[in-house]
Amino acid sequence: MFNVRIHGRGGQGVVTAAEMLSVAAFDMGLHAQAFPTFGSERTGAPVVAFCRIHERPITFHEPISHPDALVIQDATLLHQVPLLDGVAARTYLLVNTSRPLAELGIDELVSSLDPGRVVTLPATELARDRLHRPLPNTALLGALAALTGIVSLDAVQRAIGERFAGALALPNMEVAALAHEHVMATRGDRTGA
Amino acid sequence: MTTQELKLYQVGTYAAGNRLLPVEDRSVQSCPDRSNAITSGHRACQGCGEVLGARYVLDAAMRATDGNMVTVNATGCLEVFSTPYPESSWQVPWLHSLFGNAPAVASGVAAALRASGRQDTRVVAQAGDGGTVDIGLGALSGMFERDDDVLFVCYDNQGYMNTGVQRSGATPGAARTSTTAALGPTPGNAFGQGKNLPLIAMAHEIPYVATATVANLRDLEDKVTRAMSMRGARYLHVLVPCPLGWGSAAHDTIRVARLATESGIFPLFEAERGVVTAVSPIRHRVPVDDYLRLQGRYAHLFGDHPRPDLVARIQADADRAIARFGLLGDTDTDTDATPGTEAR
Amino acid sequence: MARAVARCRPQVVAAYPISPQTHIVEGLSDLVRTGALERCDFMLVESEFGAMSACIGASAAGVRSYTATASQGILFMAEALFNASGLGLPIVMTVANRAIGAPINIWNDHSDAMAMRDSGWIQLFAASNQEAVDLHVQAFAIAEQLSLPVMVCMDGFVLTHAVEEVEVPDQPDVDAFLPSFVPRQVLDPADPVSIGAMVGPEAFAEVKYLMHATHLRALDEVPRVAADFAERFGRGGPGLVSPYRTEDADVVVVALGSVLGSLREVVDELRHSGTRVGVLGITCFRPWPTEAVRAALVGASRVIVVERAFAVGAGSIVGQSTRLAVAGTSTRVYDVVAGLGGRPVTRASLRGLVDDVLADRIDADRLHFLDLHTAVVEAELARAGPD
Repeated sequence: MFNVRIHGRGGQGVVTAAEMLSVAAFDMGLHAQAFPTFGSERTGAPVVAFCRIHERPITFHEPISHPDALVIQDATLLHQVPLLDGVAARTYLLVNTSRPLAELGIDELVSSLDPGRVVTLPATELARDRLHRPLPNTALLGALAALTGIVSLDAVQRAIGERFAGALALPNMEVAALAHEHVMATRGDRTGA
Repeated sequence: MTTQELKLYQVGTYAAGNRLLPVEDRSVQSCPDRSNAITSGHRACQGCGEVLGARYVLDAAMRATDGNMVTVNATGCLEVFSTPYPESSWQVPWLHSLFGNAPAVASGVAAALRASGRQDTRVVAQAGDGGTVDIGLGALSGMFERDDDVLFVCYDNQGYMNTGVQRSGATPGAARTSTTAALGPTPGNAFGQGKNLPLIAMAHEIPYVATATVANLRDLEDKVTRAMSMRGARYLHVLVPCPLGWGSAAHDTIRVARLATESGIFPLFEAERGVVTAVSPIRHRVPVDDYLRLQGRYAHLFGDHPRPDLVARIQADADRAIARFGLLGDTDTDTDATPGTEAR
Repeated sequence: MARAVARCRPQVVAAYPISPQTHIVEGLSDLVRTGALERCDFMLVESEFGAMSACIGASAAGVRSYTATASQGILFMAEALFNASGLGLPIVMTVANRAIGAPINIWNDHSDAMAMRDSGWIQLFAASNQEAVDLHVQAFAIAEQLSLPVMVCMDGFVLTHAVEEVEVPDQPDVDAFLPSFVPRQVLDPADPVSIGAMVGPEAFAEVKYLMHATHLRALDEVPRVAADFAERFGRGGPGLVSPYRTEDADVVVVALGSVLGSLREVVDELRHSGTRVGVLGITCFRPWPTEAVRAALVGASRVIVVERAFAVGAGSIVGQSTRLAVAGTSTRVYDVVAGLGGRPVTRASLRGLVDDVLADRIDADRLHFLDLHTAVVEAELARAGPD
């Protein structure tokens, strides 16, 4: 079972991201379950969503306390809410930021992770550039696919196509592909280094 | 259909005798094959204004719909006295659910008829003033704003008579009820409170709003007929004296109702889409004293310790209503004779 | 869920927003507007009381009626719920189970449905989204067969907001399974009836007795419909109860709703380590299936009832009913409240609970709160206690 936890703010498509990830997993013949910790939150408030992916049907329902991958859609949350709870050495960490990793103030945590587990991506900038809207979720899904390999870029793109109507689908699929490429390149660098 | 012999006394009215009219102008009630929607044997009190009003309303609606009609009833006197299981006075399809939900139930019936292609079947809902202006108001407002195809009829006897004459949002100032006793410095119900539901209904700009009383039964029938000629949410507010709650003589029900209109206390009018289209002018204006003195609920205004100040206040309210609706027939509001007014 | 309900072809849907049921009626609204659900009147009413009242009117006028609610909403329609069952109107309602305030809380527990357990409605609890879909189709069949209203309860957020794979039955199959609604009595100008008459002391008890008798008939009808459903759709309908590894179990955990999935996992793990434990899911809570529960609990020396609600000042709700089923045996019953107001009920906690019961760290017959922050309540009790 692969457990993904996504943190962000209301309005950033956090819940949609978890749902699209589950659809991508269905697409690959896997079983999946996506759900939010909904509250009475409004736009801008911290939001968490989860996605479990498994080869067999998932029968239980509980939040993910020990994620295999943690997606931070909004790095400004890093020091405000306990985003990093339950992170282990093997946890993948994907952070949406245009700043260098060292500036995020999570050096201690990063150093405790296995090599190649952390990737940053300026997903908001990418989205703003390509979609003209600061919605980082589809870029992050592309990046997550590259980082973890749990779903393929194809599957992510098909999930995006299913979710977004008409004119929105293609640019979002494109953004996912760009992000995927970016992470593959970054990881390639690391592997090379 | 069973019929019954009907005794029609018209004492002190200004209506033309029915038998003198051409057949097509005669009242629904005078017709031997009227539907008799609520038949005899029910447990209403002697002199009950509500059951009289209900019979005229439903028979007129039955005629207007050619018998293709269902009714919804709120909890209250009308429901209790008409259906002591295993008996029922209703010769129309009749559904009673709760006190506060008759408008919503009626909306549901109308929706079901629409969804199943039976729009020819019409819906009439009935409630007392408690079920209309108080506990049912939210549901009624919903029915109005959705413009559901229902005629909602309020039989207003100005209090919770079924439970023992408590004050409702339709109880007038100074009236004694079991929760507004004739005690203290301002005996009876407070002034300046309560709701004028016809005006609230008009504010929803529904197709049709009208007021009527059981003293003007032809007018009542006409207004029902007019209402049933329209679609959408329609509201009819009928003043129905309650001998028990008002402390009036059973044989005075019609007279009390007539004095309510002739004194200006209860204006008769019609409105379409929020605009008054017709009023019934007062023929012989009377002081409110004449109306009040017939009712025990106002006895504390007269007698040993009279309260002319409170009577004057009631008179002032009546004068305001007369001016507001142009009930003396001398203003523009009194438009040309339209069906459903006594002005014809 | 909306699509599953739409396949049942309701003709009047009354909607009033409350989290977490709202997206079900939103979905139905779309289906009506696009024409995917034909001949359906989608009513936007002014309250839950109005929603249930509209369903009462629609059902009495002879059409299949549906609404959904939760939490405060079901309380607000309480009066109408008793009316719908008393009038024998086969309305189906989804309850997206949510806590009841104060304090206000929008998250999941079963306080709402449990507060209405004696409203005369049949109450079915779904353990998963697939079950919720299937139970809705069955609910209309049960309701119309018995002329009783049915509520399908599904855990708010936990199920309602989870994206999972669900097979929605095909329209032709649902049509074949669920024939057109033939009302027992209907408002019809051609044949006037009075519905909702006042019944006095001379007949009221008899009317209520007959209602009880109809509920007891539901104990046959619910499994029959479940079996029919399973035959047509190839998925096991749970019927009244769903026992899991209870045959030789020494300890059986009784529960309702989505926690059953976690419990089955825990049971598998504990079985692996040699503990003879099983789970009994209660699908049909009203009517209470005493015999079916007894059959599943026979042989267990300990029964742990895990429920997402309780009767304040009295104790366990499901536990009390469970005791009926083990009456006269030496089986000990442990009453456990879990998951109130959206607190997750984790597998780890459930494992710990079974361990605690086996090690006698928890008393039988005494209400136990799972994962309670004891320090908080003890400090408060000490502060508020007698001087």
